[in-house]
Amino acid sequence: MWSYVLTRVAAMLVTLFFASIIIFGFIHAIPGDPIYVLLGDMATPEQAEKLRESLGLNQPIIVQYLQWAGRAVTGDLGRSIFYQAPVLSAIADGAETSILLASITMTWVLLIGVPIGMIAAMRHGTWLDQGLSGAAMLLASVPTFWVGLYLILIFAAWLGWLPSSGYPSIFEEGGLANLRYLLLPSLTLAAPNAALILRLTRASMLDVSREDYVRTARAKGIRPWRVVTRHIFRNALLAVVSAFGFTFAALLSEAVVTETVFALPGIGRLVVQSILNRDYPVIQGITLVVVVIYLVINLLVDISYRLLDPRVELQ
Amino acid sequence: MKRAMSWLAPFAARPIALVGLALLVVVLLAAFFAPWMAPFDPQEMDPIIRLSPPDAVHWFGTDQFGRDTLSRVIYSSRMALLVGVGVVVFAMLTGVPIGVFSALFPRVGHVLMRMVDVLMAFPSLLLALGLIVILGPSVANSIIAVGAGFLTTTTRIVYGLTLRLKSETYVEAARSMGSRTGWLITRHILPNLVSPLLVQASFVFAFAQLAAASLDFLGLGAPPTIPSWGNMLAESRQFITRASWLLFFPGMMIVLTAFALNLVGDSLRDRLDPRFRDMLGGEA
Repeated sequence: MWSYVLTRVAAMLVTLFFASIIIFGFIHAIPGDPIYVLLGDMATPEQAEKLRESLGLNQPIIVQYLQWAGRAVTGDLGRSIFYQAPVLSAIADGAETSILLASITMTWVLLIGVPIGMIAAMRHGTWLDQGLSGAAMLLASVPTFWVGLYLILIFAAWLGWLPSSGYPSIFEEGGLANLRYLLLPSLTLAAPNAALILRLTRASMLDVSREDYVRTARAKGIRPWRVVTRHIFRNALLAVVSAFGFTFAALLSEAVVTETVFALPGIGRLVVQSILNRDYPVIQGITLVVVVIYLVINLLVDISYRLLDPRVELQ
Repeated sequence: MKRAMSWLAPFAARPIALVGLALLVVVLLAAFFAPWMAPFDPQEMDPIIRLSPPDAVHWFGTDQFGRDTLSRVIYSSRMALLVGVGVVVFAMLTGVPIGVFSALFPRVGHVLMRMVDVLMAFPSLLLALGLIVILGPSVANSIIAVGAGFLTTTTRIVYGLTLRLKSETYVEAARSMGSRTGWLITRHILPNLVSPLLVQASFVFAFAQLAAASLDFLGLGAPPTIPSWGNMLAESRQFITRASWLLFFPGMMIVLTAFALNLVGDSLRDRLDPRFRDMLGGEA
């Protein structure tokens, strides 16, 4: 087991190394002098020269990369042009919103997707199954921001039940009640992902129910419900667990759009604003952080998969 | 005629898939015959009737400049088609050669597939946004930016399929008889990739619609002067409480197009050789 974990960690670090080269190269790939890309067009030549010196941009590109990576490892992701603050603190400011949004969304996804997927699989081939699967496919075909705008229209503008935009921190006035600001955004973000998990749970339950050990369990006379919960569901859940990394990546992408629709002060909206502000160090920093999180989640998924299913022998 | 019928066979078994196919035909017709189908010029402004709800003259209402929403929705199907086809072509032209090559020449292939893995560590929209920052926003660049996300999935699928085909008996037989690699690829590998790739293409087409609409919505896709469903939705945002028809029709077109493509892809996959079926996620 430990040798497996070590191999996976090593493989992850190799991927991270190459990904970091791409992220480092991003600043250089933008047309124009990287110094003015980093400082913005308003910089004076003196400022430019000072930064060129301090960042070592007059040195060979490999040295530059090593210095950049060295700083990144210690948490120094550079300075934001727009906010005139370290990139890391700009990211930290958006972290609360984004982490809470992701957690609440994941809760919806699992609470909606898994049980309904199970029901569809248990009623395989019936009208109920066809209806649920069809509805899930329809939901997966809806643009996230469109769902968001409709939820705003119905629940904020027409009914006036919920706020349409913004999110004050739960540590500020209002406390946990501020979470209601995240209700519509999390449902928006959950819609397409719950649909995917529903379809996945259903397909995986159907696959497992054709296994020999399920037939054996049935033949032994184990009660049907117990076969479903103990024999089919537990094994079908493996596919859901392994899709967690993929779902998380989809969630990160769609969060960019959702946070923009609901004007949430999260990391996703920070990306969009930084693009519009040409605040490239922030884009670079967020990309690095997101890639690290994504790789770590995939690593944890792989390890837990192995723990859950001892049969799995991965290279 | 008989050929045409056999082509329709995957859809005949599932009536709802025929609905999907019909929806696609409508979008295609709208794209090709937009000037004849649209009742008004999509750019023609008329301030007097701005933000007027659907009526007998303007079936889908008008927008904040008094432009006819129905005409703009019809013209927008051109962008949907262009972006969809563009992304599919981009993903296939990059994914198929890289995937086939990597499977046939494992030494270089391992390195190439590792590079694909590295690209997969970037969430697709973040990858697209990064490319847009480098290339600048335009129609062609949003095709490349969205396509880059599907390059990886397509390469992975082609790689896996080719590895499997490589170990098939008839391919090994052809090899042992001294067939050259070029012959193997054109005669044995590519023809077998056609139907799984057709399935993949319909899913890529569907999800490209959603990704391109997101870019348009963020103001980083097609220029606002070009009518596209995503651009129309982005513009409608300020007026949703006063003019909800501006939100409904373009969004519905995106949903129906993506849904139709997913239905078609699903039906094609069900008809696929079972050995290949498990390699196509569909939702990816």
